[in-house]
Amino acid sequence: MAKTKVKVHRSAMAKREERWAWLFIAPPFIGFMLFMAYPIVFALVASTSKWTGVNSLLGNIVGLRNYIKIFSDAKFWKSMATTIIYMIGIPIGMILGMTIAMGLNRKIPGKRALTTMYYVPVVSSLVAVSILWAWVFNYDYGLLNGIYKFLTGAHGPNWLGDEHMVKISMIIFMVWKGLGGTVILYLAGLQNIPRDYYEAAMIDGANGWDKFRNITLPLLSPVTFYVLITSLIGGFQVFVEVQVMTPNGGPNYSSATVVFYLFEKAFTNGQLGYGSAVAVILAIIIFIITAFNFWGQDKWVKTID
Amino acid sequence: MDISISKPKSSGKDYQSDQVTTSKDKVLNIIIFILLFLFALTMVFPLIYMVATSFMTKNQILSGSLTIIPDPILIGKYSEVLKKGQFISGIINTVKVEVPVLLIGGFTSSLAAFAFAKMEFRGKNALFLALLATIMIPFAVVMIPQYVLFTKLGWTNSLAPLIIPGCFGNVSMIFFLRQNLYSIPSDLMDAAKIDGCNYFGIYWKIFLPLMKGALGTQLMLWFMGIWNDYLAPTIFLRSEKQWTLQVVIRSFNHYYAIQSDYALIMAASVIAMLPTLLLFFAFQRVIIESIAISGIK
Repeated sequence: MAKTKVKVHRSAMAKREERWAWLFIAPPFIGFMLFMAYPIVFALVASTSKWTGVNSLLGNIVGLRNYIKIFSDAKFWKSMATTIIYMIGIPIGMILGMTIAMGLNRKIPGKRALTTMYYVPVVSSLVAVSILWAWVFNYDYGLLNGIYKFLTGAHGPNWLGDEHMVKISMIIFMVWKGLGGTVILYLAGLQNIPRDYYEAAMIDGANGWDKFRNITLPLLSPVTFYVLITSLIGGFQVFVEVQVMTPNGGPNYSSATVVFYLFEKAFTNGQLGYGSAVAVILAIIIFIITAFNFWGQDKWVKTID
Repeated sequence: MDISISKPKSSGKDYQSDQVTTSKDKVLNIIIFILLFLFALTMVFPLIYMVATSFMTKNQILSGSLTIIPDPILIGKYSEVLKKGQFISGIINTVKVEVPVLLIGGFTSSLAAFAFAKMEFRGKNALFLALLATIMIPFAVVMIPQYVLFTKLGWTNSLAPLIIPGCFGNVSMIFFLRQNLYSIPSDLMDAAKIDGCNYFGIYWKIFLPLMKGALGTQLMLWFMGIWNDYLAPTIFLRSEKQWTLQVVIRSFNHYYAIQSDYALIMAASVIAMLPTLLLFFAFQRVIIESIAISGIK
């Protein structure tokens, strides 16, 4: 009898705790339902409608016609191709980032000051530095062509005004903007590798390259994988720098990305249903990358055990 | 040990920090330092050029030859920018978003983090994972429905679309604070319960003061995120009167580039960057640490 009493008492307390806990986590959950869950369901429905925001959404259901239209739109494929071309910057940033981090991990002076210098672009406002780089890339008066002219005497390339050049310019910008983050992640990864691994390798007569290939590279694989996945996900969402530097999507739409295309359709042309379908495609791509993340982690990432 | 380290072949890729340094290593370290320094200088050079341009005269900027040092130094562009009503209202609007979001959102996030870390309830892990999954949802995917929702609610004529969602809390903040609370012993919780303290009292009087440091770092990162946000304000704000700072400087870029007033554009951009940069310089250690942790865990 006494025992049950204690039990009843306990569960009443547990219930009380539970009610309070639910109350405490309620705000983020309500926010999640209102601003994430509901919009996703809404986007799915809207993506099947020829909806402009003015007409009726459910009265203009066209099934998968938006998707068919997207897949037969050359502009969509062009923006998708450009988005993927920009990703050339990812391996460049990773190799540079790893190299710099290995340098910073040595006994050199001014480590912190150097790290800060590499990191400043990361914390700088994306709009402000895009404006800055539009100026650096300026055909007539920009810094790059100033240097070019100073060195060669000839006029430099049209960084943002040429169909091919604009892609290279955007890649340079993105590597510059993101490099500091990669450096910091790799530096943290390097500091996590136990020193005795290298000592053991040295006793075995391993040279620098052996150590790099057999110790450093595999033990940095969690960082490499993390950087790769987050860069891929970020890469599919590039928008602001493109809009600031090339407001019309560049010469012949050559700098436009998928999100640029989405923005243009939805908010410039008012095709909200069509834009939603582009958003759903984007969501599916990012979902696949995320799923790949969980699957690949077990397969490729080596950890210290 | 030293034999293999002094092999010229090993030098290029050898980088351990706590090793015995030989004289060859020292020379190598100096070379590496110089390379790293030169490259770092290249990285910050555009930013230096930005500041330099903001002090230049139009003649110098449009001279067509390579100049980096302003001659004469003109500080007038800064006062010109600060006299522009739109620029000032951009700053005020941004602050109007920052203050309520950081205060209320910081409160709701830390309260939820406390519940997830220190309280027992059914569905705790599932609910946490569901919340965490929202980090992976890109803004571009939900921006159209959010835009429609905010328009229907009549929010788009005010700053509400930028303020209200933030007040419900920030998932990455909840995640980091929860991690931080795990390192605080739960004995405190049990002792407070025995003393008859209610749960809100335990959060407010015991755990909130204990997570002050982590909360401060997270609020700082959130402050920077809001300060630098451009896409959401561009979409959600109908009238120019509501524009936040980033939207204002982007419109300056649009407008004054036609007049080739690059000094003004750069001055405006420099001012817009200043608060986040100063915060970063003041708290770089904690900021860099919290970034590094996100990749390692």
